[in-house]
Amino acid sequence: MGPLLVLWLAVFLSGTWAVDRGNFKTCDQSAFCKRQRALKPGQSPYRALLETLELTNTKLTLQLINDNNKVRLLLELYRLQGNMTRVKINELKPLKPRFEVPDVLINDPPTEPLSLLSQDENGVVLSLGADSQWLIVSAKPFRLDIMEGREVLLSLNSRGLLAFEHLRIRKDTISYKIKNNVYSAWENIKWVFSSQVDPEGAEKKEETDAANELAEGETAKEDGMWEETFKSHTDNKPNGPSSISLDFSLPGVEHVYGIPEHADSLKLKTTDGGDPYRLFNLDVFQYELFNPMALYGAIPVMLSHSAQRTMGIFWLNAAETWVDISSNTAGKTVFGQMLDYVQGSSETPQTDVRWISESGIIDVFIMLGPTPTDVFSQYASLTGTQAFPPLSALAYHQCRWNYNDQEDVAAVDKGFDEHDIPYDFIWLDIEHTDGKRYFTWDPHKFPQPKDMLQGLMDKRRKMVTIVDPHIKVDSSYKIHNEIRSKGFYVKNKDGGDYEGWCWPGNSGYPDFTNPEMRAWWASMFAYDQYEPFSLSAACSEAPHLTHTALHQGSMENMYTWNDMNEPSVFNGPEVTMHKDALHGNWENRDLHNLYGLYVQMATAEGLIERSGGVERPFVLTRAFFAGSQRYGAVWTGDNTAEWEHLKISIPMCLSLGLVGVSFCGADVGGFFKSPSTELLVRWYQTGAYQPFFRAHAHLDTPRREPWLFGPENTALIREAVRQRYALLPYWYQLFYHAHHSGQPVMRPLWVEYPQDTATFSMDDQFLLGRDLLVHPVTEEGGRGVTAYLPGKGEVWFDVHTFQKHNGAQNLYIPVTISSIPVFQRGGSIIPRKARVRRSSSCMEHDPYTLFVALSPKRFAQGELYIDDGHTFNFDKQKQFIHRRLSFANKALSSRNLAPGSQFITPSWIEKIVILGASKPSKATLKTPDGKENLLEFEFDASMSVLTLRKPGVNAGVDWTVVLQ
Amino acid sequence: MSCALLLLLTSLALAMGTGTAVEIQRPRGVPQSKRQFYEENKPFTCLDGSSTIPFDRVNDDYCDCKDGSDEPGTAACPNGSFHCTNAGFRPAFIPSSRINDGICDCCDTTDEYNSGATCQNTCREMGRKERESLQIMAEITKEGFLLKQQLIHEAKRGQEDKRGKLTELKGSKKGLEGKVEALRTVKETAEDPEKEAKERHLKSWEEQKELIRMEKDKTRMAEAFLELDDDADGYVSVAELQSHLELDPDSDGSLTETETQGLLGGEGKVDTSTFETVWSGIKDKYLSEGLLDPPAPVETPQEEESRDFVSDHDSDHYPEDYAGEEEDVEDDDEEDDDHDEEEEEKVPPTVQTPEKREDDELSMPPYDTETQSLIDAAQKARDDFDEAERALREVDDQMKNLEKEIGFDFGPSAEFAYLYSQCYELSTSEYIYRLCPFNRVSQKPKFGGSETNLGLWGQWAGPEENLYSVMKYDHGQGCWQGPNRSTTVKLTCGKETVVTSTSEPSRCEYLMEFTTPAVCQEPASLDEVLHGHTEL
Repeated sequence: MGPLLVLWLAVFLSGTWAVDRGNFKTCDQSAFCKRQRALKPGQSPYRALLETLELTNTKLTLQLINDNNKVRLLLELYRLQGNMTRVKINELKPLKPRFEVPDVLINDPPTEPLSLLSQDENGVVLSLGADSQWLIVSAKPFRLDIMEGREVLLSLNSRGLLAFEHLRIRKDTISYKIKNNVYSAWENIKWVFSSQVDPEGAEKKEETDAANELAEGETAKEDGMWEETFKSHTDNKPNGPSSISLDFSLPGVEHVYGIPEHADSLKLKTTDGGDPYRLFNLDVFQYELFNPMALYGAIPVMLSHSAQRTMGIFWLNAAETWVDISSNTAGKTVFGQMLDYVQGSSETPQTDVRWISESGIIDVFIMLGPTPTDVFSQYASLTGTQAFPPLSALAYHQCRWNYNDQEDVAAVDKGFDEHDIPYDFIWLDIEHTDGKRYFTWDPHKFPQPKDMLQGLMDKRRKMVTIVDPHIKVDSSYKIHNEIRSKGFYVKNKDGGDYEGWCWPGNSGYPDFTNPEMRAWWASMFAYDQYEPFSLSAACSEAPHLTHTALHQGSMENMYTWNDMNEPSVFNGPEVTMHKDALHGNWENRDLHNLYGLYVQMATAEGLIERSGGVERPFVLTRAFFAGSQRYGAVWTGDNTAEWEHLKISIPMCLSLGLVGVSFCGADVGGFFKSPSTELLVRWYQTGAYQPFFRAHAHLDTPRREPWLFGPENTALIREAVRQRYALLPYWYQLFYHAHHSGQPVMRPLWVEYPQDTATFSMDDQFLLGRDLLVHPVTEEGGRGVTAYLPGKGEVWFDVHTFQKHNGAQNLYIPVTISSIPVFQRGGSIIPRKARVRRSSSCMEHDPYTLFVALSPKRFAQGELYIDDGHTFNFDKQKQFIHRRLSFANKALSSRNLAPGSQFITPSWIEKIVILGASKPSKATLKTPDGKENLLEFEFDASMSVLTLRKPGVNAGVDWTVVLQ
Repeated sequence: MSCALLLLLTSLALAMGTGTAVEIQRPRGVPQSKRQFYEENKPFTCLDGSSTIPFDRVNDDYCDCKDGSDEPGTAACPNGSFHCTNAGFRPAFIPSSRINDGICDCCDTTDEYNSGATCQNTCREMGRKERESLQIMAEITKEGFLLKQQLIHEAKRGQEDKRGKLTELKGSKKGLEGKVEALRTVKETAEDPEKEAKERHLKSWEEQKELIRMEKDKTRMAEAFLELDDDADGYVSVAELQSHLELDPDSDGSLTETETQGLLGGEGKVDTSTFETVWSGIKDKYLSEGLLDPPAPVETPQEEESRDFVSDHDSDHYPEDYAGEEEDVEDDDEEDDDHDEEEEEKVPPTVQTPEKREDDELSMPPYDTETQSLIDAAQKARDDFDEAERALREVDDQMKNLEKEIGFDFGPSAEFAYLYSQCYELSTSEYIYRLCPFNRVSQKPKFGGSETNLGLWGQWAGPEENLYSVMKYDHGQGCWQGPNRSTTVKLTCGKETVVTSTSEPSRCEYLMEFTTPAVCQEPASLDEVLHGHTEL
């Protein structure tokens, strides 16, 4: 009664506009999580059988035994290039293969040799090569410690929570039906991890424990080992229990981050007394903030950070996963910590983490840093980097569920021109289709899609249409017929096509884990495959014209949005697919969190293919997994038009950035409900400085195109969007780096100031690259913000007023409704394009303005990256310009960073603004042809701003400006 | 380095009204009206006066003036604007950011002089098309405007008619009021003698009843005397009376001699004449020696009957009434009347029943002819009065409706008056939309289903300078998790009165386009329309 009451109260108090928590499982309602979490630390039954140790050039293998049930596991240890260690644990002889996640690692990670330093009956010591790092394998109980010098960096199974539910044959087919409550929960759990004894002991057990078998069968049902029911859904588990778990201890660590997607703070909280953070891709209607509930995507990567070191744990498992976090300092007050410090006493702070997954194997990558940059590179070397988007995708996107018809699209497009607000993409949600049949157009609302697309192309603008992975079961729908006839649908447990309810009604779900299915799906994005109208309409109206170019329903300026790819199944358990549904031989249980990644992968591949491999794709996804960064952008799903949701967009995107996904954004304005004008304006101002910048709104909300709130607000939104466009060269350069080296675009401050503990929990402001600090106004009626400017001895310049501020201080900034507090780091050079036009493509050849912000030592450095903005030629043919801009010794110069590349740009340097400068007597521009030209300049003594007029030199060549 | 663009002076051939061409030189992007500020080879002062620069910095693709005036022909200034002459069509200003952006904005192609965009000069074609459409519009406007005059005229006449009718009604109202008052007096005058006659009749009936009663009492006394006078000696003695225990004054069950004597006024016996006094003291208690049962109980059927009547009334009559109410909300007054009548109807049958029962043996004799004629006269006066009052109410209602209609804002010249109490429909693939101006907007599914109210007349909602171009209907049927439905009706000039389109730009916010001659403006001459804004 107690929990029920609490649940009821929660639902009642949160009102109708909140998530229905009852639709989603708690750890207690998820059988394996409950079983695992009931295990107590310090009782590990696992022992390393040192005599089985084998060391080859690439790896170490070692058997582990569970002394309770004699089941053996196989441990594989790899030293990976780039300061990483991989630990794999599987059953030595599983009844059948256990799932190992494919397609996430970009290659078989290259190894480095391990060497044995010492061995005795208690364990072995291995050298990890670099930096006097050791790996200690302790035999009883089994435990791994990674050391550097005398310091333990990280320990595995130090709390003895390694638990591996081995596959077993069901022995209780009759008895499990009988209900019995004799066994206590603890006995049940013991049984789960100790039954099914090793082959030698099996017979004996069967003889002696015959009487117990009945009871055991019943407990199996109690524990949900072979069957589990949640609400009205029963999950059949033909493979029985299969969960895995492992604990990690991080001495000296008080801050851990990552494991998105959760609507929570950047710094992860301890989970004692509550639910663990859950990773299980779900379509959560009207999600709540500040809790560990699962959301649309899952990236099982956690970063730990202290002033000394940054590390990462990548738990490569695509099944439902729960992560527990505890800390020995979490409960202490600041005063208590101070006392510890003063008294020099106390234990070292430590964070303990425990991962629990429902199936698969333990395959964990320990990224040893030591710097944040190193961890990003290490993770990128495993799962790849952010896809380099077309430049236009970094501009502004206008979306709504739904733009009703062609006239509506034309009117909105015109509205942007009339109000002189730039935009690059207009989006069409599900209503554009013929009855929610994706790849088709509604014949009444969009009778001439190609004309519409051409109209946008004439304005150098683009469109995104939605293609979801649920396919209407309709025998007159080509896509459905082909998928069915090719056997490409996910199957239910009985082998028939799995069907569930989604937007179109009864729907099938293509098996995106099947590479043949993905190839076929990709081919559907060819220009002549996307139907101008549904097949049935085509047949009756123009039977001979169905596939002619005249009737193609797509063009090269049409891109794709994959929504609902968790997958969302309205009538499924937890609004998703049944875990016993089958993807080939594997259950959805094994690979659930991978589905969304595959959908986006296949879609992005389709967009690449349709252009003959020339054009970069742009695909937005809601569901994601580790590696999804390679395929496009993600957004934070169906948020709400509330101030708290605006605030949470910062930690949500920061968390994603830390684990590879840089191209992140939240629906500007909020999806559900209608924002106040002030909230809408503030959201535009915030979104303009977040990577994926798209306004979106629910079908039932009033229209909110930027010009609908009076001229003043239109002007405020226009200004925010224009700031975004002016900064596009910098955004593009940041994405080039994200693509090139895996460094996040949007960064928490601690990434750049890893020793500044004041920054470790900060998530109301962020850095773009290294050089811009943004502190959006996210308070209703905000009159001022307190921004923390990091860096002792550094300076920051307000990008609007050029006012200089010292680093390492909390700076109170009074704000008005037009303020967007943004600061440029002294010591940086940022390129902008001051001529904001109606789309980014229109600005392609425009000149650059360089903003040189001098450090106190009168030094600055920056870059300039230019390519064609949309093809793979930058990669395949090295067609790009990448230049180093540096200011030192009163001279600003541009030199080539990529001698092997070539690209010709008509863009030139229009203006150079030097912040923190002193007045020169003259400024001379020197070009490679030996010419020297005097530049005119203006000097604003009050702000120390020097503006060099019209250097006019091409952006792609060497040049130097000397100030005298 | 392709960078700085040279100052370009453009030669533009501009069509003059006469058809001859003249060459004028001015910097690119400068309108003729501002040409004077751009004098070649003289320093240029920014139009806001903020600074002065050498003339070779005008249109040199670098923004020197804060107001953008030094770069009328390039995209260098964020706040600049570019003038296209668009010979053959209408000249226009475009934001500087649209110069050389690869998109043809000016029909004379002058905005794309260095972007590689291949623009066709479409001014003449556009001019021709615009001329055509303007011509069509002009014709429509012209005809529409004529129609509008007619509408205004009709409205004026209608309004006059209505005013006339109103005045007329006011007159007849006055007459009726007089009549009502007169009839009230007549009624009251007739009711006074009626009342008197009725009272008189009643009084004489009461007197008569008293006489009868006294007669009866005497008879009873005589009978009792004979009954009591057991020895028939002409006296009732103590002993003779003592057997009547019911007369016991202290109700102790025994009638003593003294008590009996007390009853007999202290005498031992009384004769008939003295018995009269004794009788008045005992007659209420006295029980005739031969007397038996109390009177028969009251009959019930009648009561049931009356109850049946009421319940019938409840179950059948009211629902019809309410149904009627929904249909026309305006007729509130009539409804009230109905109610009154019913209550009157309801009363009479039940009134007479108790009277009847009380004196069932003694019914009042019919009124004499004189009284009856007074009653009849009074009833007639009452009926006449009621009728006159009803007539007055009717006139009141008519006046109210007329005043409401006259009071409606049908536009500055009442040109929208003809839309009143009309409805216009538009059929789409799914729905039939119905606009009843000044009343409501609704939507009905084509293939079955009930009608949805999309809004009731709210107000004129056009912009200040053109208030009568938009109608707003709100407080329609509520939306799930949303607001009440509402409809905005945009009015454009047309010869016909017709709904041309409907849409739902936001959930439950409808937009309707409606043409009517009533919004047609007085047409300017065609030449004025075509050349009104050119500089030439």
